[in-house]
Formats: sequence, C-alpha cells, structure tokens
Amino acid sequence: MPKLIKLSGAEAQWADDAFVHVADEDAIPEAGDVILSLTRFQAEGDTLLSSNSRRVGVRVEPAEEVEALVYDLPRLSVVALAFPKYRDGRAYTSARLLRERFRYEGEVRAVGDVLQEQAGFMVRCGFDAFEPNDGATPEAWTKAAARFRHVYQRAADARPIAADERAQQKEGAL
Amino acid sequence: MYQYDVIDREFLTDRSNEFRHQVTRRLAGELTEDQFKPLRLMNGLYLQLHAYMLRVAIPYGSLNSRQARRLAWVARTYDKGYGHMTTRQNVQFNWIKLKDAPDILDALAEVDLHAIQTSGNCIRNTTADPYAGATAEEIDDPRVWSEVIRQWSTLHPEFSYLPRKFKIAITGALTDRAAVKVHDIGLILRRARDGSLGFEVIVGGGQGRTPYVGPTIKHHLPAGSLLSYLEAVLRVYNRHGRRDNIYKARIKILVAALGAEEFGRQVEEEWAKIDQGRADLGDQELARIRGAFAQTPFETLPARSEAFEVARAASPALARFARNNVKPHKKPGYAIVEVSLKAVGQTPGDATADQLDVVADLAERYSLDDLRVTHAQNLVLPHVKLDDLPAVHAALEAAGLATANIDLISDIIACPGLDYCALANARAIPIAQDIARTFADPDRAETIGELKIKISGCINACGHHHVAHIGILGVDKKGEEFYQLSLGGSGAEDASIGKILGPALPADKVAPAIDTLVDTYLAARQGEERFLDTYRRVGLEPFKEAVYAQAD
Repeated sequence: MPKLIKLSGAEAQWADDAFVHVADEDAIPEAGDVILSLTRFQAEGDTLLSSNSRRVGVRVEPAEEVEALVYDLPRLSVVALAFPKYRDGRAYTSARLLRERFRYEGEVRAVGDVLQEQAGFMVRCGFDAFEPNDGATPEAWTKAAARFRHVYQRAADARPIAADERAQQKEGAL
Repeated sequence: MYQYDVIDREFLTDRSNEFRHQVTRRLAGELTEDQFKPLRLMNGLYLQLHAYMLRVAIPYGSLNSRQARRLAWVARTYDKGYGHMTTRQNVQFNWIKLKDAPDILDALAEVDLHAIQTSGNCIRNTTADPYAGATAEEIDDPRVWSEVIRQWSTLHPEFSYLPRKFKIAITGALTDRAAVKVHDIGLILRRARDGSLGFEVIVGGGQGRTPYVGPTIKHHLPAGSLLSYLEAVLRVYNRHGRRDNIYKARIKILVAALGAEEFGRQVEEEWAKIDQGRADLGDQELARIRGAFAQTPFETLPARSEAFEVARAASPALARFARNNVKPHKKPGYAIVEVSLKAVGQTPGDATADQLDVVADLAERYSLDDLRVTHAQNLVLPHVKLDDLPAVHAALEAAGLATANIDLISDIIACPGLDYCALANARAIPIAQDIARTFADPDRAETIGELKIKISGCINACGHHHVAHIGILGVDKKGEEFYQLSLGGSGAEDASIGKILGPALPADKVAPAIDTLVDTYLAARQGEERFLDTYRRVGLEPFKEAVYAQAD
C-alpha cells in the first residue's frame, strides 16, 4: 500500500490515508472512505453519497474528462488523477481545469506512476496529495517542488511569475 | 538583443542543479534508464551510436560573441573540436560523456545558454527568421514573440509531457526562412487592414513519415492574445493527441484526423473558456522584451560605400561573395552577411572551434555583437557595415568560411545520418560531400541558381528532404544504403511536399543523377526560372525519363 504525502502550504508531510481504493471488480466495503473509478461512481455514486456516512473520491483515468464530474465536485472529497505512465501528461490538464475552471477545493491526488521529478509540475497544476511510487520522502518531495525559485507562466498556484517579479522590482526601484 | 536578468539566470542555475541531482540519482541506480531517459532528453541529452549527443538551445538562433566563444570552448574541451548547427537553429555536440554533462550545462549557464527542452515530448526551442531585426521586409520583429514564447514554454507545468515533441517557428517577413508551414505551429506576423498586429496561425504542418503543409486555423490572432491562444491549442492537443502510437502522436495527425476546421473550432471553444487576463502577457512585460530588441545602436550611414565598391571591382572573389552571401539590410550602409558552413568536402553545418571563435570575433567587431544560426545550417552576421565587407570577407576566407554558395546547389541541408545517429538507415554526409564536389565549379553553381537539396538518413526527415527542391532520403535495402529522390518540395512561403522520382538509387549513382536532373532543368528553363519553377511548370516526367533512361 503506497504511503500518502500531502501538501500543507509549501511543506509536504506524511498523511494517514483514510481512503481505500476500490477496484471495479471488488465489493465496496461496508463502511469507510472510498475512492472509486469514474465508471463505478457514475453508476453507484449517488447511493453512496446520499448515505452521508462516509467520504467519496473518484479516480479519473487520463482518457476520461474531468468535465464529467462538474456537478458532483462539491460533494467529492478527493479526485484522484491517474498516471498510468509518468510520461502521460493528460492529468496535468485535468488538475488545472479542476482548480482553475471548476474551482474545486477538495483534494486532488496523483496516483499511479508518480515520481518526485514531477513534484514541481504537479504542485503548480493544483495537486495537493501524492502517492509516490519511487519511495520519495516528504522531505525529497518538498525539495523537488521548490527547486525553482522562479516560474514563467501562470498555472493553478498563486505563484508570481517572472513578469510579476520584474514589475515589482521596477516599482521598488521607483 | 535580449539580455538575461537575475531571474533568468537564477532559473538556469536551478535547472543545472536539478539535472546534476538527476544524474547523481541515475548513476546511483535510484532511477532506471527508462525513468531517466525523459529527464535527460528534456536537457538535450541523447544517446547516439557512439556517445551522448548534447543539443544546446539557441533561442531564435541568436548568439552573442561570448556565447559563441563558450560553444567553441565546449567543442574543444568536451567534444572533438567541432559543433554542428541543426535545422532548428540549435548547436549539437556529438561526443559527450554523461558524467561531463552537468559541468557542461554549468559552463553554458554562465553565458546564459542551456539545453532546456531541446528534446523530449515538450515544447521545443522556438525558431525564427535568422534575418530578424535586420531585414527590411519584416512587419514586426519575430524575436520579440519568440522570447515571449521561450519564457512561457520553459518548464511549462501542464505541457511538459505532451503526446510528442512540439515545435514552433515564427516569421515576420514575407520570405519564409523559418519553414513555418512545416512546424507543429507556424506563426506569421501580419498587419490587419486597420493596422493592428496579429498572427496567421498555422497548425499541424510537419515532416517525418507523414509530411503535411500545415493548414491555417486562424487568419488574424490579435498579437496580445498569443499566449492564451497557444494554451488553447496545446490543451486540445495534450488531451486529444494520440498516445498509443509514437508515429501517430504528432499534432499533425490529430489535425488531419479531425480536419483543420473542426480542430480550429475545438481550439476556439477552449480559448473562449480561458481567462485571457491571466494567461496573456501584460503590456509592461511585452514592452520590456520589445525594448531589449529595439536598442540596436545603428549608425547613420550613406547607402553606398565607396570602399566596398572599389574592393568589389578589384576582387572577383569578393564580388561573388557579395552576389551570393550578402543580403540587403533595413538600414542604409549595412548588409546581412551569410557565413556558409557548406565548403566543398565539409560536413554540412559543422563548424570547428577555431571557426566559431573567428565568427565570434567578427560578430563582436563588425556585427553589433550579434550572430545567428540559420535553419539551413549556416551562420549569419546580421548587421555588417558595407564599409567593413572587404575586411569581413578576408577574415572569413582565411578561416575557410567564405564559400559563396548560399541557396545554391552545394548549400545542402543534411542530417547527421548513419555516421552518428542511432535511428538512421543510411549515411547523409558523404552524399552531400559527393554532390558538393560534383558542383564545385562556382560559375556553374551560379548559372544553375537557387536549388535546395536536402538529405535525410531516414524517414524521420531531420534533413527536411520532403520540402527540398531535390530531396534525398536514405533507405536500407538488405543492408545496403540506397537513396530515394523526390522533386518539387519547398519549406518556404511556397511550401509543398516533394514527389518521389522513382526507384531508389545506390550511393554512387546519386550525384550523377543530380547532374542529370540539373541538365534537364537547364535545357527546359525559361527566363529566370528556378529549378523549382521549371519543375512546377513541366512536371515530374521529363526528369524521371532523363534519370532512369540513363540508369537502364
């Protein structure tokens, strides 16, 4: 079972994972927080959510569109975006859309082939929870995410871009 | 020219440290080669036939003398004393050791150079007209917009793991020296009737196995909306481009599958949802970048230089050089000087460390410290005073760099081919050298006129054979190198894909076949027609007959 790293501010920390990933062929446990596939959520999600006794998350594969979740987002605690291979970059777009377009405020979790090399990009796109499969520690994760002192383009985070920093320097100089 | 500030420099330092960390992790076995590969590729490091190849980014092909000297130093210290100019205005070193790569990147970072995104499935180095800021025919300076894109695309968090590589080229002139119609995105700066600046946006051009001249999906994108629109294009591609087959993963396949109109519609739909206020660059930053390029300290000079006219009349070599390698400049009394890296017997696009130093000195002394790498694998001194042309020519001649053959038959584009490349089926360099020898007589070359020969050692088409007036593709036939000829392609403003002439030829029959093609053209030529014009008028048949009748 992979360990969960969660972001709190700029700091990554170990976190207890209350959620269980339920495979499509397995029965949903009697109780406890669960993460389901999008297909299963679309079939059984309403029943689970209306019971109100547990939290529900959805796992979205790269070929699936997060737009399918728009009306359910306020009720979802986790959206887990899958990286079947770490070279598959579709989940970065999904994360940005969740945060910037649909204003989702729950947890956006990276699952699958998740390496510390991706930490910077993931954090910038709005991921705040990670199931690394390279044995990365929170310390390594924090360091990797903060490796670059400057960024050049706006994304889901609130970091000032190079142009903002330059404008500020100019103001400071006046 | 744009100067890196403290932000750009700290960024390069951080990048360099990150790569050093990754190499350490790889050498310690913490990363598998499979995991490391995309990371090294995004730092320009390929594993080739004999060694690692490091591709250094030359943003929009523009260098100052300090940077050129540092490249010469890298060539001397870590390579075999030379560097290779690529068709995307980058510089490659072919003999690099993995353990040296972090030190090389540090040395490059000291002069504001790097290898970020010169490979990998990300947005590559943006290329531009090598005459930018010097040619009179330009509507706006494409370097301004290339620099805007350089910053925006650098370590883009959303678009660093695309289905496949992604190349953008920009021109601000009507004459296309950047091959914008065969790029993933080609941008042509245009003014609308009301005078407002914008881009014609071409998407889904490309070469490789399935060559396309890209369709225009937007005729006039307001210039200030460039980044939000690029974001929309890249997002549609990132989500919908194919990832199941590497040969069908480029954006051209998506555009062709959907049709340009439907692709354009999807981009518009996505663009409408983007918060342009956030995505587009503010006016202040745009003005800062524009200002950096506008500060070229030209002198006010007479349009005619007596010194140059006298020297030219006295020296046939200088006169020939002036006819072929010297191009008009927007400022009176200045000229654009092309430095050919296609001397007879030379590897097209290679420059020795000593030659790089010579050109660096010339750029510093005579060209406002500005030097360009061209898509055709040559160098350009963009701002030379006419008065200085005799001195510049003499210095180039002494360094073996005064070959007067720009756009002529021996100005051949060639990929590294089987001499270096792990993907190649056949050698490209010896074929180029053969052809150059066949047409070594400069008078004959000038009589033939503009003729663009381009050679690729495999179907990946790095040598742009699809868009050559005469294209040559190396193929492997049961372990033997054969070459397929195609005619009538163009990568310029009159872009088209060449047509295959006939069965592939063995290596020793290629140069004679070119000779036959040229004779056929000269016999059929009307007036001032270029080879391409004659071909377009008379078609493939006369050429085919001539070449294969002789072969029988």
